[in-house]
Amino acid sequence: MNWNRKDLLGLRELSADEINFVLETADAFKQVGTREIKKVPALRGKTLINFFVEPSTRTRTSFELAAFRLSADVINISASTSSLTKGETLKDTARNLEALHADILVLRHGSAGAPQFLAQRLKSSVINAGDGAHEHPTQGLLDIYTIREKRGKIAGLHIVIVGDILFSRVARSNIFGLTKLGARVTLVGPSTLVPREFEKLGVAVSHKIDNVLPEADVVNLLRIQHERQRKEYFPGIGEYTTLFGLTKERAKLLKPECLVMHPGPINRGVEIDSEVADGLQSVILDQVTNGLAVRMAVLYLCGGIST
Amino acid sequence: MSATIIRNGRIVDPANNRDESGDLLIVDGKIVDVSQLSTISSELDEIDGSNLVVCPGLIDIHVHLREPGFGHKETIASGARAAAAGGFSTIVCMPNTSPAADNPATIAWIKDRATETACVNVLPTGAISKNIAGEELASIGSLGRAGVVAITDDGHCVQNHELMRRAVEYARMVDLPVLDHCQDYNLVGNGVVHEGYWSTLLGLPGWPAAGEEAIVMRNILLAGLCDHHIHCQHISAAGSVRLIREARNRGVKISGEVCPHHIALTDEAIQNFDTNYKMNPPLRSKEDVNAILEGIADGTLSILCSDHAPHAGFEKEVEFDQAPFGIVGLETELGLFIDLLVHKHRKVDIKRLIGMYTVEPAKLLKLNAGTLSIGAPADVTLIDPDLEWTVRVDQFQSESRNSPFDQWKLKGRAVRTIVNGKTVWKL
Repeated sequence: MNWNRKDLLGLRELSADEINFVLETADAFKQVGTREIKKVPALRGKTLINFFVEPSTRTRTSFELAAFRLSADVINISASTSSLTKGETLKDTARNLEALHADILVLRHGSAGAPQFLAQRLKSSVINAGDGAHEHPTQGLLDIYTIREKRGKIAGLHIVIVGDILFSRVARSNIFGLTKLGARVTLVGPSTLVPREFEKLGVAVSHKIDNVLPEADVVNLLRIQHERQRKEYFPGIGEYTTLFGLTKERAKLLKPECLVMHPGPINRGVEIDSEVADGLQSVILDQVTNGLAVRMAVLYLCGGIST
Repeated sequence: MSATIIRNGRIVDPANNRDESGDLLIVDGKIVDVSQLSTISSELDEIDGSNLVVCPGLIDIHVHLREPGFGHKETIASGARAAAAGGFSTIVCMPNTSPAADNPATIAWIKDRATETACVNVLPTGAISKNIAGEELASIGSLGRAGVVAITDDGHCVQNHELMRRAVEYARMVDLPVLDHCQDYNLVGNGVVHEGYWSTLLGLPGWPAAGEEAIVMRNILLAGLCDHHIHCQHISAAGSVRLIREARNRGVKISGEVCPHHIALTDEAIQNFDTNYKMNPPLRSKEDVNAILEGIADGTLSILCSDHAPHAGFEKEVEFDQAPFGIVGLETELGLFIDLLVHKHRKVDIKRLIGMYTVEPAKLLKLNAGTLSIGAPADVTLIDPDLEWTVRVDQFQSESRNSPFDQWKLKGRAVRTIVNGKTVWKL
């Protein structure tokens, strides 16, 4: 197929064919990562700007490394070093970056829709590296890639996503991508963080993790964002772990072939016990490795369109 | 002496239950019995009213004129021009200016400015609380003496029910109606769009309908307790309509108004993160739209208005959750309401629609306006209810362009606006 998108804004707008095409492209780049010389000239002479208005280590580093391996020139701008702190609008900041002939803008932003906003206004490629509680498409793609790699397929699998779904962009990108590829998705968490409204997105909602775990082919645990002081959403970390944590005991409910995933950073002893995070079923570090290949694929495909 | 006659129009004057073909005579800025025509000595201006509805000058009881403080969004002069172009001879402006209209000096400034620069009647409201902060009562009695037609904290909402109770009791003493923007801050939190399918899909903070309904309920209770009128502004939720209907049936002094965007659009419109679809209260679901249409049809919601909220382009062209709420409406509201209520959904006839823009707001605010009675000020709007036209934001009289209705094709609009006997705008 032909890829004709200059931007990657979310998985909701992609077709199943497009998602599969990114995954197949990532296969090729994953293979590059095993060579002695891990660099290809695909984006030589192109400039990529990592524009991270919200803090991130893992995603920013992954994009940076992906760009290096494609031979692009990379600049990192964070919220504190950008002119946004001086009152400049997002539009003006981005247009200035474009005036410096940036070819690809990777944007992490706290506001849902910020990448759409820029993509409509810039000729550069805009890659969404997470926007508010909306989407985190490369995380969704790397999760799907990892499942496909380990289980050989997506269609027909039962994927269980546990945690703070309401505020999670990772959950939304996973939901959109996985359902398009024919997976069955169940969301699990406190009723305040997993409202019933999600059923309208074509997924199941459950508040009883012990009933769901035995039928799961994949369990994807999301971090409880306790630093945001969401006291009104659940009574406390202890109760969360009691009701929803993937403890050692609970992990015994899992089928032996069930994958345990987590987008990181993990809070050991909160949403997942240490032993489970480091256990045989865990593919958490594979996700990180695959993220590099998936991001290379995305930059390669979108960066090829922006010229 | 100046005299004008509008000939062969369909005269629709709900205040006098009048709907008939005829001529309307205006002498020295007043409506005069047409039988006096033979006594007119001066030259007579003639306006052809054939195929047009001739009705009392329309009143919009909910506009933001932004002066003092935010003249880059709108001035009293430009807002008044926009009103005239929309068919409005009288507009009621909200107090959330800078400084807030919470004191007699600011009211005097607004009135002076309107006298100097506005081509339509501009009637100010005063704040309920000092600086619209919801903590202490504004000097409501002095605001009344300065000439406000109502009190409201619009854009904000007094959260303390006890303070609101005292405001309503006090307003009753000085005979000022209370208008309220119904929003429970705890329930709404940082919500920016209707809480439902689209907020869930897009990950935007939700503004639940219950956040409006809870305050509508509060206002019904306080209107009963204080035996004084509370008017609920820009009703958006089905539950609010149900609550108001039930209370009005019991005789409670409560009423509600509707903005065109709350029946023209649903929350589905937000999916591209276009901030011209961001308003407060937000666009809601199809069920809410249907409930509002029924509320208009059965008289539960009795007043139409715009919530005209101008913002500069650079202010709206930002991330969705950071953009200010509101859209301009004065130049599109009549066309939208005629198109949707009269033509498309057939919920009311043109006479009732005009009533909701004239006699109803005049009754609420006790205005000497909204009627073609003999001796009344000659504020008159001429409407072609069947005229097909296309909205062009680049032709707005308003200083601002923040409208989601650009390029909409509508049927029905005002073709001439007359204030005190003088034509201030014509198509």
